[in-house]
Amino acid sequence: MCVQTVGLIQAAIERNGITTVSISLLHEVTDVLRPPRALFVPYKLGFPLGEPNNPALQHRIIAAALSLLARNDVPVIEDFQG
Amino acid sequence: MATYREIVLKYRLFMKAYPFARYAINPVPCAKLEKPLNTARVALVTTAGLHTPEQAGFDSFLKNGDASFREIPNTVTTSALIEAHKSNSFDHSGVQADRNLAFPLDRFRELVARGAIGCLNHRHFSFMGSILKPKRLIEEAAPQVAERLRADGVDVVFLTPV
Repeated sequence: MCVQTVGLIQAAIERNGITTVSISLLHEVTDVLRPPRALFVPYKLGFPLGEPNNPALQHRIIAAALSLLARNDVPVIEDFQG
Repeated sequence: MATYREIVLKYRLFMKAYPFARYAINPVPCAKLEKPLNTARVALVTTAGLHTPEQAGFDSFLKNGDASFREIPNTVTTSALIEAHKSNSFDHSGVQADRNLAFPLDRFRELVARGAIGCLNHRHFSFMGSILKPKRLIEEAAPQVAERLRADGVDVVFLTPV
């Protein structure tokens, strides 16, 4: 349910004129919900930034997500390419 | 006690039956970022159920989910945050070991230090994501947080589920 909750909060924030991007752990939820910009990552629930205590991987995921902020062809749903 | 694998299977079956399409976002809003990221004010939102030691925890016994939220001050020590998410649908060990896994405040501090983003907002927001009936979330809590972020002059919000 977390992925749905994130998408609903994200939409409310974007409606207030703020550019948003989220991480998704469940393609099937995000594809139906359609938040403005989401990066799907191939990790299990509870691990949205990949691995604990792995700042290098966490930074790669964050950078990939932040790169979507320039996209305005919403909804944008991209897969993290490792 | 169910194993993680069994819990996930149950969760998957529940997800298949849940009417996600009922809450599909339509129209999809789009706010164009009007400034370079290295001058933008950024805030984080997580649904990991994190809160500071001084704050009350989330209520995991509410039938349809606890739609309340906690303001996390930007000055917080990330490792001191308490993980109050009671859902057994995911493995908590990662967030227990490193809060940045679901609330990457230390990573964003590093991005500020590198000059990749402008600054961090003075507050961030934490929800507990297990909200089965999101009416209150959609009509009250999420718009309240959005309004506070707008009042703060936030340009970009980065959101993470668990």
